Amino acid sequence: MSANIATRDAYGKALVDLGRQNRDIVVLDADLSTSTKTALFAKEFPDRFFNMGIAEQNLMGTAAGLAASGKIPFASTFAIFATGRAFEPIRNAIAYPKLNVKIAATHAGLTVGEDGASHQCLEDIAVMRAVPNMTIMCPADGVETEAVVRAAAAYKGPVYIRLGRAKVPMVYSEESCSFEWGKGITLREGSDVTIIATGIMVSMALEAAEDLMSGGISARVIDMHTIKPIDRELIVKAALETGAVVTAEEHSVIGGLGSAVAEVLGETVPVPVIRVGVEDTFGESGTAEELLIKYGLTPGCIMQAVEKAVKIKLP
Amino acid sequence: MEKDHSKLERIALRIRRAIIEMTHAAKSGHPGGSLSSVEILTALYFAIMRIDPERPDWEDRDRFVLSKGHASPALYATLALRGYFPEETLFGFRRIDSMLQGHPDMKGTPGVEMSTGSLGLGFSAACGMALAARLDNRDCRVYTLIGDGEAQEGIIWEASMAAAHYRLDNLTAFLDHNGLQIDGPNEEVMSVEPLAAKWKAFGWEVLQVDGHSFGQIMDAVAKAKAVKGRPTMIIAETTKGKGVSFMENAAGWHGKAPGDQERDAALKELEVVCCEC
Repeated sequence: MSANIATRDAYGKALVDLGRQNRDIVVLDADLSTSTKTALFAKEFPDRFFNMGIAEQNLMGTAAGLAASGKIPFASTFAIFATGRAFEPIRNAIAYPKLNVKIAATHAGLTVGEDGASHQCLEDIAVMRAVPNMTIMCPADGVETEAVVRAAAAYKGPVYIRLGRAKVPMVYSEESCSFEWGKGITLREGSDVTIIATGIMVSMALEAAEDLMSGGISARVIDMHTIKPIDRELIVKAALETGAVVTAEEHSVIGGLGSAVAEVLGETVPVPVIRVGVEDTFGESGTAEELLIKYGLTPGCIMQAVEKAVKIKLP
Repeated sequence: MEKDHSKLERIALRIRRAIIEMTHAAKSGHPGGSLSSVEILTALYFAIMRIDPERPDWEDRDRFVLSKGHASPALYATLALRGYFPEETLFGFRRIDSMLQGHPDMKGTPGVEMSTGSLGLGFSAACGMALAARLDNRDCRVYTLIGDGEAQEGIIWEASMAAAHYRLDNLTAFLDHNGLQIDGPNEEVMSVEPLAAKWKAFGWEVLQVDGHSFGQIMDAVAKAKAVKGRPTMIIAETTKGKGVSFMENAAGWHGKAPGDQERDAALKELEVVCCEC
C-alpha cells in the first residue's frame, strides 16, 4: 500500500513524469508553486515553467495562447483563484475555443483549513460544470491523481482538475486503479443503495459502506472521478439496481456532483437522491478534520444520508 | 523618403467600404473602431507579416491577435481580401449559421488566431503565443492590437508586466489610440494617459506613430523587430470612424450600424478618396 499523500503532491510528481515524456508540456503558476507542487516541475524543467506572478487572469490567457500554438499547458493556482478570479478568461479564452489547457487547481474545498472561507472554494465544480467544452476531474487519492493527470494530457481540450491540500487515505494501489476517462469506478458492490462520491469523500464512502453492513444495509460505492462528462450509464444502472442514491462531495450541495447525479436521475430513473456536501454556506478557519466534522462531511454523515435515502425509497 | 503606398491605400479603402457594407447588412456591429484600425491591419496583412492564406495553420507563420475583438469587421474584410476566404462570406457577418461571428471565433474562421471580444484576453493570449514561439525556437513574430479603452482592463497590465518579465521581443503590440470609447472620451470615462510613460515604466519599448500612415507604421515595425530583450508597444494615433466624415471622432459610432442613407453617404465619401489615389 502506498503512503497517504495529498492529491496536490501526487500532481506535482505526475507533472514531472509527464514533462519527461512530452516536450510540449508546459506549466504555469501564479506564485503558489510550492503549494500547488508545480515547483517540482519548475526545478527539473525551468525553461518550460512560467511563474506568472499573482495575476490569475493573465495566467489563463497566457495558457490559452500557449495552447493555441500547440503546447499543452497545465495552469495551476488555488481553486478559488482559478475558477473565481479567472472565471471569464477560462470561459472565453480557453473553453469557448476549446483550447488544450489543463487547469489543475489545488486547495479545493474545506480541507484548505486554517486559511478560512476566503480560500475554501466550494463552488468550483458548479461554475466549471456550467461552461460548455469544459471537463472536470476530481481524483480520490494519489494514485488516481497520476492517472487523471495522464488522461488529461492525452485528452485534447480543456480539463479542470480538482485537487486538495490535505493528505487523503489511499483508495487505490498502483495495480488496482482501473481508471478510464469518463467512466466511474464501482469500488464496492451493493444492492440497497448506491453512494456516489468524488475526491476525498470516496474513502469516507467506503468506510460508511463498511459500517452500514452491520445495520444490514448493502451499499454500493462508486468513485465518480470524472464529473463532466458524467457517467450517465453507470448512474442509471445503479439507480435501477439499488433504488436509492447518496452523493458525497467536498463542495457545495448546489451545482456539484450531487446536482449532476440528480439531473441525470430526474430525467431517467427518479429515485431518491440525498446529497452530502456543504450546505449553502461559507466555511471558516479550523483544522481540516474539525471542518469536515462541523460541516457534515464524515462517514457518519454519509451513513445518515443513506438511512434517509433507504427510508424514502419506493418499495 | 516617402515611399509609394498607393497599393496599400487602395486596399485600405476597399476594407473601409467592406466595413460599411458589413455593418449595414448586419444592422449591427462596430464601425468606429474598425475604421480607425484599417491601416494597421492593412500594413500587417499586406506588407509586414509572414503568412500564407493557403496554409492558415502553417507553424512558422507570424500571428496577429485582434484583442479589440469588436473591430471584427476590419479583421474579416482584411482576411477576405488577403485570400483566407471568399469576399461573399462577409455578407454573413453576425447572421445565424455564419462563420463570421459578432466577435472573432478562431474555431470557425480561417486566419483568426484567437477567439476574442472580451477585452484584454487576446493581448494575454498573444503573450502566450510569443512564449510558445520562443520555446520552439521559431523566428515567427506575434502582433496584437488593443484599443485605448481596453487599456483600462486589469489583465492588460498583468500581461504587460509578464511580457516584459519574459523579455518577449518577438511580441509587437499596437494600441489604436482613437481617444473614444462607448460612453465617451477616454479622459471622461477613465483616464488612461500617459500611455507611453506607462508602457515604458512597465519595461516596454514604446513607439508613437500616426496610425493612418503606412510609412510610419512600417518604420515602427521595422524598429520593433530590431529591439532585443523587450516587447514593443506602438501607440498609433488614430481617428475613430476614419474615412467617413460623419463617423469621425464620434463616440456614437462605436457600436452602431449605418442605415441605408448613411451607408450610401459613407460609400460615396470612400469613393472620392479612391479617385484621389
